[in-house]
Amino acid sequence: MVVNAFKNFFRRVFSGLFRGKRELKLGFYGPPNAGKTSLANRICKDFTGEEIGTVSKIPHETRAVQFKEKVQIEYKGKKMTFKMIDTPGITTKIDYEDFLKYKMNKKEAKIRAKEATQGVVESIKWLDDMDVVVIVLDATENPYNQVNLTIIGNLVARKIPVLIVANKIDLRKASIKKIESAFPEYEVVGISAKYGKNLEEFYESLFKLAKEA
Amino acid sequence: MVRKRLGKIKGFSIQFLPYSEIRGLDSNQRIRKILNIVLGNNILILQGRLEPEEETRLIGDTMAIIGHVRNFKGVELAVISGNNNEGFFGKVRKNLVSAIAGGDIGAVTIIGPATIVKEIKRNPKKIELLLKG
Repeated sequence: MVVNAFKNFFRRVFSGLFRGKRELKLGFYGPPNAGKTSLANRICKDFTGEEIGTVSKIPHETRAVQFKEKVQIEYKGKKMTFKMIDTPGITTKIDYEDFLKYKMNKKEAKIRAKEATQGVVESIKWLDDMDVVVIVLDATENPYNQVNLTIIGNLVARKIPVLIVANKIDLRKASIKKIESAFPEYEVVGISAKYGKNLEEFYESLFKLAKEA
Repeated sequence: MVRKRLGKIKGFSIQFLPYSEIRGLDSNQRIRKILNIVLGNNILILQGRLEPEEETRLIGDTMAIIGHVRNFKGVELAVISGNNNEGFFGKVRKNLVSAIAGGDIGAVTIIGPATIVKEIKRNPKKIELLLKG
């Protein structure tokens, strides 16, 4: 823990000297199926014309960390360059039987479950390397989930700036207020990654946050 | 009535672990101790909570075990902590108590195997432990 604190301190001191020129590592974290890849895709498509990964209704579609380097985001005349890091959804349990209802056979489901568990381990390992993290939550789900609290607790302990995104606000069940009341100390931006709704506010908050990194 | 409902659930117990049992342990030993209890089909109620980094490691180690231990599908986890909106002096008092006790003993951590605990539902007003029938 002390080593990490020193590492982060020196990283911040030296990176501060080159602020504006360097590429910030922007991580997308959150539970499975919250829309991390959808949001990362939306940003990448808007600014590079290419997507970062595939999306699916089946949980754990992203089972390995995916990158897109040198993504230059332009907002209101300002430019910032990011290395986008899309991570597999973090969870405390994975049961291959849950995949069987998506017309998968037992063998495929077991392989997916195995890859998903490895993906969670990989996501956790990457936490230390992030400069800025966007926590993507499904606004239709209960935000009081221990995984969310644990990830945010870790980022706070590592002094990594956090932005919370309440995704899927296009759905009737969505509630940004619930997420705001669960995380009163953080800025929460409601978006729909699928339809590109409210991304202006997201970029505004992201730029503000990136200055803290 | 209760007996009839609980009749379907077999082979688990609830274990309470006071914080003093893990206070002197390092992170590896703490996580190993907790996972050993959970792997024995027990729901663990731990006084206090782990450090944020230990909580993450617990999740990572849990994932690493899935597929290697028969019928183990992960855990359900919840940490019940005090009110975060307690103001400056409340936080100072809490930190002081934690420093003296060697950890956040005001919190409670519940961990159960996912094969037994279906879900730990929580909102600001209540916590429900839903077991598999």
